[in-house]
Order: sequence, then C-alpha cells, then structure tokens
Amino acid sequence: MRVSPKAKNILVPIIAVIAGFLVGAVIMLLWSYDPIEAYSSMFQSALGSMNGVGETIREATPLIFTAIGFQIASAAGFFNIGLPGQAQAGWLASVWFALANQNMPSYLLVPLEIIIGVVAGAVVAGIAGVLRAYFGTNEVIVTIMLNYVVLYSCQYLMQQTMSSKLRISTDSTKTVVNGSLQVGWLTKMFGYSRINTGIFMAIIALVIFWFLMKKTTTGFEIKSVGLNPFASRYAGMSAKKNIIVSMLLSGAFAGMGGVIQGLGTYQNYFTQTASVDIGFDGMSVALLGAGSALGIFLAALLFSILKIGGLGMQTLAGIPYEIVSIVIAAIIFFVGIKYVIELLFKNKTPQTIEATGTTGTGKEGEA
Amino acid sequence: MSIVSMLALIVSSSLVYAAPMIFTSIGGAFSEHSGIVNVGLEGIMTMGAFASIVFNLTFAHTFGNATPWLGALVGGIVGLLFSILHAVATVNWRADHIISGTVLNLMASPLAVFLIKAIYNKGQTENITANFGNFSFPVLAQIPILGPIFFENTSAPAWVAIVLAIFMWWLLYKTRFGLRLRASGENPQAADTMGVNVYAMRYAGVLISGFLGGVGGAVFAQAISGNFSVSTIVGQGFMALAAMIFGKWDPIGAMLSSIFFGFAQSLSIIGNQLPGFSHIPSVYLQIAPYVITILVLVLFLGKSVAPAADGQNYIKSK
Repeated sequence: MRVSPKAKNILVPIIAVIAGFLVGAVIMLLWSYDPIEAYSSMFQSALGSMNGVGETIREATPLIFTAIGFQIASAAGFFNIGLPGQAQAGWLASVWFALANQNMPSYLLVPLEIIIGVVAGAVVAGIAGVLRAYFGTNEVIVTIMLNYVVLYSCQYLMQQTMSSKLRISTDSTKTVVNGSLQVGWLTKMFGYSRINTGIFMAIIALVIFWFLMKKTTTGFEIKSVGLNPFASRYAGMSAKKNIIVSMLLSGAFAGMGGVIQGLGTYQNYFTQTASVDIGFDGMSVALLGAGSALGIFLAALLFSILKIGGLGMQTLAGIPYEIVSIVIAAIIFFVGIKYVIELLFKNKTPQTIEATGTTGTGKEGEA
Repeated sequence: MSIVSMLALIVSSSLVYAAPMIFTSIGGAFSEHSGIVNVGLEGIMTMGAFASIVFNLTFAHTFGNATPWLGALVGGIVGLLFSILHAVATVNWRADHIISGTVLNLMASPLAVFLIKAIYNKGQTENITANFGNFSFPVLAQIPILGPIFFENTSAPAWVAIVLAIFMWWLLYKTRFGLRLRASGENPQAADTMGVNVYAMRYAGVLISGFLGGVGGAVFAQAISGNFSVSTIVGQGFMALAAMIFGKWDPIGAMLSSIFFGFAQSLSIIGNQLPGFSHIPSVYLQIAPYVITILVLVLFLGKSVAPAADGQNYIKSK
C-alpha cells in the first residue's frame, strides 16, 4: 500500500494497537479462554455505563500528566524512568498539606496543595537533572535509585513524621474533605464514579504542553538539545540549563499526576509497597502517543479502557487481569518496531492522501 | 555476638543478596559491550524466577538436592528465550533499545503471573521445598577465622558467580570472541569491514544477558524469596543494571559492585542483629544502597564510559 509519510505516523499506532490486541487474543486462545467474550466484556464494562465511562476518564487523568512529563524529558534526550517516584512525592506532599490545613478556605487550599505537589515532583526530578548537568551522571540510574529512595522515605514520613492526628492507621491517612478534587455534580453525572476536576486540568495541561513545545523558545531549545546537543551549543544554547529545565518540567507534570491520584482518585495517601503504577503506565502512554498532545490524550483513553475494562473482564468473563498488561506491553513493542510496520507501506504521491486519511480515521474508530 | 560470627553473618548475607545481581550484571555487561543496551534485565530475571519456581515445584521429588541447580539452568534457558524478543527487535528491526527493553519489563510480570494463574489457579505459588540453603566448603571451612567467615554456611551460588565473573572477564578481554564482541559495540562499521559478523555478535551479547539474567532471577527465587508472585522481582534487575554501570561495564567490576550492593541491602535486613545499628531508623538502612549508589556515581565515576556504539542500531549497507 502506498501512503503519505504523514498518514504513516497515524497508521503505525493504529496497526500497533490492532496487533497488540491480536497478541492478547492468541495468548487467550492458547490457554483456552474466549478472546471475543473477553474483549466485549472489556469494552462493555469500560464504556457501557456512565459509571464505567467516569472511571475510565478518572483512570486516564493522571496518565495524561505522567505521559506529558515523560515526553518533555524525552524530547530533551533524557529517559525519565523516575516518574513513579516523582508522582509519589507529589501525592504524599499534596495530601499531607491538604490534611494539615483543612480549615483553609478551599479557593486558597486547592491552588496551594497543587503547587506543593507539583514542586515536590519537580524537586525529585531536579536532583537527577542537576547531577546530569554538573557531573554527567547517568540519569537513568539516578532516577531508578530515586524511585526507591522516595518509596521508602514516603513510608517513613507518613508513619513517623506525619502527625498521628492526620492518620487513621499506620498505613493510611485520613480522607481529605476540604480540598478534594471530586465535585458533586460530576460524580453524580457519571454514576457515582471517582471522576474529578483533574480531567479539566489535564486538558489544559495538554494545551500548555502543545504550546510549550511548539510555540515557545524553551520548548524549541529543549527539542534542539535533544536532537543535537553539539549544534545547540554552537547556536548559543546552554546544555546545562536545558537539562535542568526539562527535568524540572518533567517532574512537575509527574508530580501533578500524583496530586490527581491523591486528591482526586483516592482522597488520601496509603502505604505503597512498589513503584506507583501511574509512572510506568504514563511512559507507555507517551510512547504510544508518539509525543503529540492529541496522541497522548487518545493513548491515555485507550489504556484506561483496557485497565478499567480489564477489571470487568476478570469478573464477568473470568479471565486473568494480567492479559490487559500483556496487550499494553505488546502494543508498545509494535510501536517500538515501527520500522517493520513502515515496510508495509511505500511513500506515495500527494493527490491520494485524502483517501487514505479517511481509511485511517475509519480504522481508528474500529480500534 | 563475637567479632568472627558477626563478620560471618555480614559476609554470608551479603553474598546471598549479591549472587542474583552478580549473574545478571555480568550478562548486562556482555549485552552492552556488543552494543545493545539492555534495560530489560528486570523482566528477564522475572521470567527466570518464574520458570525456576515452576520447575522446582514440579520436579523437587525427582531430582532432590540437584533441583535448585537444575532450576537455575531452566531459568537461564527461559531468560534466553525471552531475550530473543529484545535481540530481534533491536538487531534486525531497528527498535529503540530503551523502548524494547522496557517492553521486556512491562511484559514479563503480567505474562508470568498470567501463566501462574493458568497453571495453579492462584496468583502466588506454594513455597518450594528444595532451595539453595547454606553450603560449607569441605576443607576451606576448617581454616581458622577465615574459614567461618567466608566458607562456612555460605551461599554456593555466590561462589559460582564469583568464579564465573573471572571466567567471563577472561572471555571478554582475552579471547578472539571477546574482542569481536567488543568491536561490535565500539565501532560496528570497522568491525564489519574486518569481517566480524556484527549481527551475530550482538545476538550473542543479548542472549548471554538473557541466560545469565534468567539464572540471576532463578537464584533469587530459589535462595531468597522461595516462591513466585508479582512481587518476587521488584527492582533487582535495575540494581543489577546499576551494578554493571558502577562496575564500569567490566565483569569483575560488576561482580564487586554487586557484592557491595548485596552488603548494603543485607544491612537493612540483618541490621537489627548488629550492635550499633539497632537504634538507627530502618529507613536510613533501606535507602542507603540507593543513596550510596548515587553518591558513588557522582563522586567517582563521573561521565559514563559506556562502549562507544552502545545503544546505536547498526544498519549494514547493501
């Protein structure tokens, strides 16, 4: 098939998604589960009721933030594998601040708790940025190590440093009442799901992200440093500054993902025994979304349908939830080998672009 | 507690925790020397741990005391098979090494837990009966002072790993195979011009890392965790990756830094048995290995010294 290079960019993720679902189907068939029953119960429970839709949107909200965080660092040429730690720092910090200031008027409390969480995420990522900029320390290793440092430190801070008045047990804080991101009309509209105002913030964040990367000098410099650090230096851009700025921004968005998880989804903080899942899931979303704001939005929704629907699939069809994570991993694998997928298509002449464009959207609806 | 028995406790528990990381980090070094970055060690270890536990539970009554060793072998083979995914994606299909390695990590634990659920109808296996346990060297354990510290009730897999590290160092730096492998990671064009099969060398590097990573996971499962669940391998692969970088991509360096990490990890576990450590809040001992790693990287290693073409796809011209 002959398609334009632009259509290729759309076709690759679509084919990756279809292929990922096929891999999941094959594995289910091998262990004699019914894939059609599985996938239909999956979509049914994720999208079949207002509660399901609300939960799907709720699941997607923090992923949008962590995906933006991953993408900003990635544009600058860094692999920020520390998203879980940064999100966790934002989660604990914002919940802690909200619980300690329950008497503050909410128009003051909400902005402050968000800022606190964002700063906490940015600081954790900033450590890796500063070490990379001034000592050349490998950011992959530093962010991995920081994930564990944050994991254990948060547990210690909650259990030992936080006032016991803010906790209901050693493993969980009290519920945030004033300063929660859940609002009555939204909760009611979506069948009493945990959807919250975070989704509006996520859409604003996507616009900010698009504007930052496409229209500002900062975004241009981050991308330049990522594409060619040497040429960027000749053009007078400071590599050190851009490393630190991109990591701070990356951590700030990841921290915001944690804020949404804390004040929107759970409305408390509880002991985490492993890395916070929105971190690595956000990374997958960014990889599938191919770095664009719209791509991240769609990928976050797709992964949330899989994750929320997967819970329904487990209860309705009795198929292990893990199949969902296998499908997600397979999708990322096919995105990774896009060179092979691109071999299926040849570049073609401009006049027929329209036609393939519509086939592209048609398939998208299907997926 | 006497000084000797205290040292013996520290050394033996350090070695127990070091053993899985030694195997895995040596594997990582081979992959990276061939030019393929392998951040998927964590996933490979998970598959190795999974396979060894299933093997161990199934065949413990058939093979008796040899079961854990055979389990390690099975873990290695499954790790090798799993790593083929990474090799094909990066060598032939030009995938980004980090993305492909991340896929191994994303894929391994759901796949393993799915299979556990499909086989045993529950998410966690029973505890194995035949594990590595303690081992005392026949003659060496009789040496005064040194014997009890190093050779009595110690970890046999760790000593195998230490000997293996020396052998792998020799293989990497003193043989024709090692030279070709390193050439593929330093300058694949030049290596290709001299008749080295770069693709084959890179496959060799990744598959060695798959085998040793699988062995590492199997050793962890059969010496430390004793069963398999979603939380069996949580970060050991990343620690092995750090140990490899900490050891400057050298098998013996990786082995030494693994022992150091093992020591740091065991402190948080045996710390309350040691005088002077018991009143330190446990969080400091828990985060110590990670903080120390960062500090050492900053203070002593500085700029990374990875093989020059590490992480770059080599596309052979027609």
